Amino acid sequence: MALLSIEDVCVSYGKAEAVRHVSLKVERGQIVTVIGPNGAGKTSLLTTAIGMIPSTGVIKCDGQDITRLDTESRVEMGFCLVPERRELFAEMSVHDNLRLGAYSRRDGKAAIQQSMDEVFARFPRLKERLSQHAGTLSGGERQMLALGRALMAKPKLLMLDEPSLGLAPLITREIFRIIASLRELGVSILLIEQNARAALETADFGYVMEVGEIVHSGPAATLIDDPRLISTYLGGGAD
Amino acid sequence: MNSQIAAILTIDGIASGAIYVLIAIGFVLIFAVTRIIFVPFGDVTAFTALTLASLEGKQLPGTIGMVAVLAALATLMEIFGLWRADELKRIPRALFFYLVLPLAPAAVIWLTSGTLLPAAARIVLTVAVILPIAPLLNRIVYRPIADSTVLVLLIVSVALHFALSGLGLLFFGPEGVRTESLIDYTAIIAGTPVSGQAMLIVASAIFFSFLLYLFFNYTLYGKALYATSINRTGARLMGIRPQQSGTIAFLVGSLMAAASGILIAPVNTIFYDSGFIIGLKAFVGAIIGGMVSFPVTAIGSAFVGILESFAAFLSSQFKEVIVFSVLIPVLLWRSYTLVHAEEEDDE
Amino acid sequence: MSPRTVTTVGALATLALLTAPLFLAPFTVTLLNYIGVYSFVALGLVLLTGTAGMVSFGQASFMGVAAYATAWTTSVMGYSPWLGLLLALVATCTVAAILGAVTLRLGGHFLSLSTIAWGLALYFSFGNIPGLGAHDGISKVPAVSIFGHELVESGQIFYLIWGMLLLAMLLIRNLLDSRVGRALRALRGGNALVESFGVNAMQIRLATFVVAALLTAISGWLYAHLNRFVSPTPFDVTASIIFLMMAMIGGSGYLLGAVVGATLITLLKNYIQDLLPLIAPGASGQLEIVVFATLFIVFLQHARNGIIPFIAQWIPEPVRGRPEQAGPLPRQAKPATGTKLMSIDAINRRFGGLVAVNDVSFDVHAGEILALIGPNGAGKTTMFNMITGALPPSGGRVTFAEKNITGARAFRIADAGVARTFQHAKLRPKMTLLDNVLLGAYGRTKAGFFSGALRLDRAEERRARHEAMKQLDRVGLGDRPYELAGNLPLGNQRLLEIARALAADPILLVLDEPAAGLRRQEKLALADLLRTLRQEGQTILLVEHDMDFVMGLVNRIVVMDFGCKLCEGTPETVRADTRVQEAYLGGVA
Repeated sequence: MALLSIEDVCVSYGKAEAVRHVSLKVERGQIVTVIGPNGAGKTSLLTTAIGMIPSTGVIKCDGQDITRLDTESRVEMGFCLVPERRELFAEMSVHDNLRLGAYSRRDGKAAIQQSMDEVFARFPRLKERLSQHAGTLSGGERQMLALGRALMAKPKLLMLDEPSLGLAPLITREIFRIIASLRELGVSILLIEQNARAALETADFGYVMEVGEIVHSGPAATLIDDPRLISTYLGGGAD
Repeated sequence: MNSQIAAILTIDGIASGAIYVLIAIGFVLIFAVTRIIFVPFGDVTAFTALTLASLEGKQLPGTIGMVAVLAALATLMEIFGLWRADELKRIPRALFFYLVLPLAPAAVIWLTSGTLLPAAARIVLTVAVILPIAPLLNRIVYRPIADSTVLVLLIVSVALHFALSGLGLLFFGPEGVRTESLIDYTAIIAGTPVSGQAMLIVASAIFFSFLLYLFFNYTLYGKALYATSINRTGARLMGIRPQQSGTIAFLVGSLMAAASGILIAPVNTIFYDSGFIIGLKAFVGAIIGGMVSFPVTAIGSAFVGILESFAAFLSSQFKEVIVFSVLIPVLLWRSYTLVHAEEEDDE
Repeated sequence: MSPRTVTTVGALATLALLTAPLFLAPFTVTLLNYIGVYSFVALGLVLLTGTAGMVSFGQASFMGVAAYATAWTTSVMGYSPWLGLLLALVATCTVAAILGAVTLRLGGHFLSLSTIAWGLALYFSFGNIPGLGAHDGISKVPAVSIFGHELVESGQIFYLIWGMLLLAMLLIRNLLDSRVGRALRALRGGNALVESFGVNAMQIRLATFVVAALLTAISGWLYAHLNRFVSPTPFDVTASIIFLMMAMIGGSGYLLGAVVGATLITLLKNYIQDLLPLIAPGASGQLEIVVFATLFIVFLQHARNGIIPFIAQWIPEPVRGRPEQAGPLPRQAKPATGTKLMSIDAINRRFGGLVAVNDVSFDVHAGEILALIGPNGAGKTTMFNMITGALPPSGGRVTFAEKNITGARAFRIADAGVARTFQHAKLRPKMTLLDNVLLGAYGRTKAGFFSGALRLDRAEERRARHEAMKQLDRVGLGDRPYELAGNLPLGNQRLLEIARALAADPILLVLDEPAAGLRRQEKLALADLLRTLRQEGQTILLVEHDMDFVMGLVNRIVVMDFGCKLCEGTPETVRADTRVQEAYLGGVA
């Protein structure tokens, strides 16, 4: 049974439909990516998956219908979204940001401290900046904090919206390396990306979205060489 | 005016300013977490003073009736909501939080009515019976429209103030009250008499501000509240429920309002409708702080107190006119210093 | 209901109103008089709150300023009530202009809070100035006389009140349908949009605030001469919230809503005043406000749209024809093709420690389509905002048509001839397509508040409507000009934005990601449209993410990456550049 299953979901803002009849699945332990140009409805799809905007259709977690659950309940179930804008607590310290990442956990101080140590092992830079305000971090550090904060929740499903946005190539590479390494933790990932090649190289399965609809899907390794994708999405110059 | 009078006026002003500090900080706290500008906050202060006076006079305070009505309303709304959402198993919990808990202090007061309790017990009971009012109002009035714009919430707040002050008359009657002094002591500092009450007020303002600081910096709930106030979306993504944060903010804010009510009761004669003006003066302080900064809010509120004290000396008739007119240059200054995000949420 | 029935009902209602004093009891006529007086205040609030989105809790105090001004002039000084009217208008207008100038700069709730504060300050002043009778007020205010006839009876002043009210409603209706009125209606939802077509939002807000205060002043004047006595109590904050309630319950945003709301609340108040003493003798005065406040809260919780929209759904839409043919609007002189139109010189922008745009320079030549492209987060939008005045640069220089426009406000840059669209289409969903496009023509037309209200703007208005229709046709949205913009799908919303920008007859058209979210067919159509515009000599700067879209379309491309200019040149050179491929396609090394 799929960890996340989105079935025939539509999202509209007034009369404008952002997502039209989209269905997709994330299996346990998988990294799934949704790629597509700006305005394709990718962000709307994630936002509705975490329950921040209403949609029609059915969203299931392990076969259980969660369409009517609120965001906080989904977070308690193990869903975690790192949005495009990161949504850090800018005027709070790195430590407090990480601590609040574990807000929904009820497994005691020691376990939370252990998670924090794991995050520091993964992102040593965050440990150096522990008492600094999140708002004073650089772009790359912010993204690391956003990822670290998400990991503090021990999520079952991690949803990442454009983790490479605005980051230098070196840092983008680093972020993708980390995303790939999360597979070992048993975390399933739904990854939304502009950077199609990097996303497809990291993921197991990919969906291509255009104007609110899924237009292609398939194993990431196949999609990356699909000529249709190269010409229509990656642009004519990608050969 | 000689320096002696100026010193007395300043001390007087700082004392009333300290009361505004408590209320203003409560305002900012509630606004930051819930986006509600809780205009009836001053009424909570006034009701505290009236309750304390009733207990002192061995009378049954009107607060009991008010809390009972609000608790009953809130419970009904909660149960109806749960029934509609088909979550009947959560009803006992709702009954406990919306009916039993708010009514417990009221029940104690009711059972002990007729006996004069010691001063400390009176104060504790007063605070305990006042605390549920604001969270219950939050449940009844604001939660159904929690997603509205700040402006709609503000209109609701102003309407709510008028409803409350009308109810205040009904429950407390038209007489003004003044309670007995908490301390009978006057120190002479540099030739100027400073009353113990004034010192107590300032000390309490500092104490409660410090308590709030500890709450925000050293407790998970405090951090969650702070997180909600700086980034609602971020907080929700961490599983922090804005509703829960809102209730906590209203509770903590009420504690500040109740403290200010206890402190002001021996100094000023309080009527059922005194809260509005007291609250609005605290508001001027909160606006000086831009509704976000706690320290600037505190300084602003103290400034309002001192200004009021001097204004009253110069022209007691135009005291209020002067205080509220000062808001205009303050706003002018604020309009150039505050950068506020475009409100795009209207349509 | 057919349109004919609506007209008949309207005519009968007017007739009933005109003859009302003949057959109604004097008490009922008096009630109608107060309804009329309160309707003025509510009408001001419909304009201020319902239309422009500014909430005021201080209207009753404006009414008080006017009432006191006329009471003082007539009762204390002994002059004519008509001089009292003049003084009431001048005094209220002055107070409103000063308070507005100081507080309107503040957005949203700060403005509203300040209205409570100055409302209270004015209220306390009334009760403490000995010359105004302090708490006792001013009595023996004379009746208004017209040509020597004193309007003493309620049946006489009735005609004055309702005559003036109908006139005021007519003028306001005209105003809302004019150039300034459209800008006013567009204020709600933020300044960024209105400033983008050259509206000084602050000026319009202030004017609206003063107009609302003037309506309130008339109300205060009528009140003083109807009641023949003024005291501070009717002008406190309680009264203000009741006025707000009238405006909102009727249906904020609808002129008729003001009258409906005033009627309903006044009747209700009257009824409650009769009823409450029976229920709770002794406390009825206070219970009245409890009842009103509770009703208002319940209303705000459950039926915020008010009564008129509820009724309006049964009333048919008026049949409106296409705008008629009319002469052209004035056009701007366009620079010769190939000359340097805009030059951006070492512009940069920092946000705290982050450098979003780092010393970028390029030129835009007249008659070309220039694309500014780059991956997400490259600083394109920041660049765009600096060019259009939405964001001041931290350093560098922007020159447009030989004018230095560095850091100029958005509406000044719009005035200079730059029209823009928005990445997330900014439209006014409750205005028609035609009205949305007409907004764009703001800078090419001149009619002000007065000519709008008095309908002196019709010739210009016809030309503007013709022009707007032309642009709607051009982008292919001409078949339903009176559709509401909110009903359009995303692709068409973008086209509507382009039509709006074109209605400004810009020297430079700046488009922010026009192709985002469009289907393939729509993209092709958009590209065709842009090509046609270029043929007509239109210079276009477009910021895009979609490389495919710009490749076959534009003359030159500037590529940005990490806030810096990566390269510049023809589509072919840019496509061949390996750095661009790397930036766009990324890749994990």
